[in-house]
Amino acid sequence: MIWNSAGEFWAMGGYGLYVWGSFGVTVLLMGGEVILAGRHHRRTRESLQMQAMTRDSAQDSVQDWQA
Amino acid sequence: MTPHSNVLFRFAAPQAFYGLAGRLWPWVATLATVFGVWGLWIGMFVAPIDFQQGQAYRIIFVHVPASWMSMIIYLAMAFWAVLGLTFNTRLSGMMNRALAPTGAMFAFLSLWTGALWGKPMWGAWWVWDARLTSELILFFLYLGFMGLTASIDDPRRSDKAGGLLALVGAINVPIIYFSVRWWNTLHQGASVTVTQGSSMAQTMLWAMLLMALAFWLYAIAIALYRIRTLILEREKLTQWVEAELRPEGAS
Repeated sequence: MIWNSAGEFWAMGGYGLYVWGSFGVTVLLMGGEVILAGRHHRRTRESLQMQAMTRDSAQDSVQDWQA
Repeated sequence: MTPHSNVLFRFAAPQAFYGLAGRLWPWVATLATVFGVWGLWIGMFVAPIDFQQGQAYRIIFVHVPASWMSMIIYLAMAFWAVLGLTFNTRLSGMMNRALAPTGAMFAFLSLWTGALWGKPMWGAWWVWDARLTSELILFFLYLGFMGLTASIDDPRRSDKAGGLLALVGAINVPIIYFSVRWWNTLHQGASVTVTQGSSMAQTMLWAMLLMALAFWLYAIAIALYRIRTLILEREKLTQWVEAELRPEGAS
């Protein structure tokens, strides 16, 4: 282990702001992208399911009317 | 026709690729996490302090992988653009749309971490130097690609326009890479080159390469994940998507 204490680790030899500013934003953006992609996929599935259901029921009513 | 090209053609169909991507992405994401944790461990807890830059040099473990990926993803997009424009493969355009946001993110991270590294080392967040400026252009190319493809409703025309931009813009990538050799720049030259090997200490190099591998796998995983959403949207009126969307057909 190269660090003597947690404080030393977080201070990064006086460059804490720059080092953690870099790593922090990297984690934030990558994590954010994962969350957004997941949400977009779920919402797309839901809205397409909805559309398919409306199509189904529209077809059903046409069939009812024809019968 | 060889069996090998049969496999390629089979997965060029969106339906087949949807299934393949769905099976692949969790594994790739897991590998990305493993290599990321490993790289961070070596980078933050094993690699020694740099004799010139102190602890600030540790920014390299995100800056270089992010910069590499911003260039590699653009080259990948140019590759898919060539396939799409010559063979009219439907998947190519979707692949590019799946890649562009991640490329833009990495280009931004390259600039952001570069600014945070430049300030303590050069005394400036930003300089209009060849390396920095060409990377900024790359970021704008990604944004341009996303804006352009989003603004054209017809998928075929949109893919074609995006493909052209991806192809033409690719000329910027070698400019970024060689900028530190072609011009006098404030940005340092390459620490790792194919011809001369590395000028870095072993542990630092290992941490950086592990992080680069992790970022690469991350990019593949998120692109595989995102292309599935795009395939569903594009193919929503086909029978297989309808079957896929039935409540029992989970995932």
